[in-house]
Amino acid sequence: MKKKILINGAVFCVAIIILGFLQRLLMPKYMYAIPEGNLIEEYYDEVKNHEVIFIGDCEVFSNISPVTLWENYGITSYIRGSAQQLIWQSYYLLEETLKYEKPDVVVYNVLAMKYNEPQKEAYNRLTLDGMKLSKSKIGAIKASMMEEEDLITYLFPLLRYHSRWSELIAEDFQYILKKDTLSHNGYLMRVDTKPVNVIPKGKKLPSYQFGSNSYNYLDKITKLCKENDIKLILIKSPSVYPYWYEEWDEQIVTYAKENDLTYINFLDVADEIGIDYQADTFDGGLHLNLSGAEKFSRYFGKILSETYGVPDQRTNPETKKIWDEKVKFYYDMKADQEREMAEYGYLKSYGAQAQQLEE
Amino acid sequence: MLFTSYEFLLFLIVVITAYYSVRKKHQWILLLAASYIFYAIAGPTYLFYIIATTLSTYIASYKINALQEKQSIYIKENKGSLSREERKEYKAIMKKKQRTWLVRCLLFNFGILAVLKYTDFAIANVNSLFSLFGRNKELPFLRFALPLGISFYTFQTMGYIIDVYREKYSYERNVFRLALFISFFPQLIQGPISRFDDLKKTLFEEHSFDAREISFGLQRILWGYFKKLVIADRLLVAVNTIIGSPKEYQGVYVLIGMLFYAIELYCDFTGGIDIVIGIAQVLGIQLEENFIRPYFSKSITEYWRRWHITLGTWFKDYMFYPISVSKPMLDLSKKCRKWFGNGIGKRIPVYIASIIVWFTTGIWHGAAWNFIVWGLLNCLVILISQECSPLYLKFHERFDVADKGWYRLFQIGRTFWLMSFLRTFDCYRDVGTTFRMYATIVTKPNYLELFRGGLMHLGLTPADYIVLILSVTLILIVSLLQRSGSVREKLAARPIWLRYTAYFAIFLAVLLLGAYGVGYDASQFIYSQF
Repeated sequence: MKKKILINGAVFCVAIIILGFLQRLLMPKYMYAIPEGNLIEEYYDEVKNHEVIFIGDCEVFSNISPVTLWENYGITSYIRGSAQQLIWQSYYLLEETLKYEKPDVVVYNVLAMKYNEPQKEAYNRLTLDGMKLSKSKIGAIKASMMEEEDLITYLFPLLRYHSRWSELIAEDFQYILKKDTLSHNGYLMRVDTKPVNVIPKGKKLPSYQFGSNSYNYLDKITKLCKENDIKLILIKSPSVYPYWYEEWDEQIVTYAKENDLTYINFLDVADEIGIDYQADTFDGGLHLNLSGAEKFSRYFGKILSETYGVPDQRTNPETKKIWDEKVKFYYDMKADQEREMAEYGYLKSYGAQAQQLEE
Repeated sequence: MLFTSYEFLLFLIVVITAYYSVRKKHQWILLLAASYIFYAIAGPTYLFYIIATTLSTYIASYKINALQEKQSIYIKENKGSLSREERKEYKAIMKKKQRTWLVRCLLFNFGILAVLKYTDFAIANVNSLFSLFGRNKELPFLRFALPLGISFYTFQTMGYIIDVYREKYSYERNVFRLALFISFFPQLIQGPISRFDDLKKTLFEEHSFDAREISFGLQRILWGYFKKLVIADRLLVAVNTIIGSPKEYQGVYVLIGMLFYAIELYCDFTGGIDIVIGIAQVLGIQLEENFIRPYFSKSITEYWRRWHITLGTWFKDYMFYPISVSKPMLDLSKKCRKWFGNGIGKRIPVYIASIIVWFTTGIWHGAAWNFIVWGLLNCLVILISQECSPLYLKFHERFDVADKGWYRLFQIGRTFWLMSFLRTFDCYRDVGTTFRMYATIVTKPNYLELFRGGLMHLGLTPADYIVLILSVTLILIVSLLQRSGSVREKLAARPIWLRYTAYFAIFLAVLLLGAYGVGYDASQFIYSQF
């Protein structure tokens, strides 16, 4: 009997190990294509002592460079951004982040207020698969799931990615145990340029009112920051696409007033920032490239430093040592991207050639 | 709650855990509660119908039993005083009263089934008639929601009341036990259609935790999921592609569609039944087998003895025999023998009963003409082969091939393709289209397209075909092994490492190769729609 229990126990353990291995093998690695799929999980490898945390969609992870904030103002920051990050995902990511650290300032990019309901399973995965299992993750999953989705497939992603066995590529085996770091504290660098051809005009919408669900989670973010004595800043990043309507802007202005928050629409000060939409975006105005991101970060960093008194940490030797490495990694990647640009005339790697998920 | 949903697996784990945790005398009560919860999740309003069936059947069985007991007491008490004729007359009166309750029960329950399932079919036919006679009037469809498994539980319950009427066994005195017999959740959706005297032996019994039985049950469930998710739901894509575009997929694709649908339907239905029987086995309950390797049949008659066995025997016991030996049929038989001679005269009533049974079998599968034509064509083939049996006999007397392996293979292949041809009516759901597609097999000679990558345009990748070939080969090997006894028993006698490797390999196959989750359309079991 004892022998039987031992055998069954051993078999069970082996089965779990095999299943764990298969799960790691079959989950997308996002090393070459769609690198934004890695952003959320990279945070867990960080030394978590940041003064500023950014939350939101691609308008934060593409437009803000924490290394620039560090170099110019000594601000330590991290971007917990992800592709089409919905506001409830931002809330739960913030909730999770606050379990690890307590920043002075949280910056939320308000573009996602336009989404009142879950949008697309593929985007959900890019945000949620990278989160460590926690109460916050469960909350984020429940709030984000589309009708055809099941909670269990987020807890055991093998159930979602089981059919990838016929699509496995070299990176799936190469990065099965350890993945490379692709971002710079959540910032995805792109040095290439694709100018804005046409300044967009917004299509007429049936309603410009933000949904109650969006407001509910904005309230939750506000409350969470107040409870933790964190300054919350609402921003609209200076991307010209997707179109940011005046009616939306007014609602955020009103909300900020009512809740005693700061709201900055950086589209209004794009000239003052010095953004040249012919040179500072890599995809025709959706996202800023490195040049644009650095300009925007220098501008915003000044506000954070001077208006909000975010302290300069460059005098802290321990922090400096950590950031020196980050700066090196940042400039190495910049040099490599510039090399690719010079060699091929376009950015070959860094997810640049991968098909973008449709907005 | 689909059997292939995560919710169902969770439900199952909870039920099994609770089943072996409660007191044994309460196990059947737990199953009743679980069955009603399962049914309520499918649609709370459906509960009304199953409760109506349960109560009406209980009342009818109670009344019939009361009459039977009254008759028995009366005859016993008046044994000496009643003449044979008086006794016969009394019995006839009592039988008539019982029949009245039986007929009420049958009319009520088959009435529910008929109204819910066939009203729109009748309206469609009336509208067609209106249109045929140039009238513009169209009756609106009523679109009743069909309660889950109503065809199955109605047949099972009506079998029970007929058996009580026939005094095959006594009625179930506990209405809740009867309710469990009718609603037992694993078999509710797609059968098997159980007999009360068989099922009650284990359904209401107290069950101890039996590791071997549970292990066997789980293995069978796993095997069912393998058939359903790895094969049936993968082939579904190709089958839907072919039948969804009859203008595009003709000729050889019709044959491919027949082959794929034959495999899909087999794996879907037998996979579902494996899951059902496996779940019951985990709970210590024994259900009847519904299939005995039907694609190994050498004739269509044999095929129907091995395919959906419980439905076939239901029709035989409760429809075919009663019609064949009914008074009008016996009278007809007499007349026919007088008019056409003994041979044909004897067979005509049997043929009429067969036609009625096959018509009903067809319409049971679905309220549409294609199912009726399918049923009647099955009947036609069976009757023709019966009529031709003297010819077969002569052939076998002349040529000694019956025991030859190649001839048996020929018979199996012939039956398989014949059934596949007939089953095409199930695919296209339109009699005219089905016949047109048959014609294209000859008129559209596009057979070479298969060698030019035609199979790659059906929604399946080369990897899918490799999975299908390997999986179907495995099913074939298992079926061959089953001929000499239970494969699970055989496996249990093998070394432990081999056993566990086999279990885990099948588990992994389902997990990795199963066509489930986002990107795959959730596919119901085909027979749950009947």
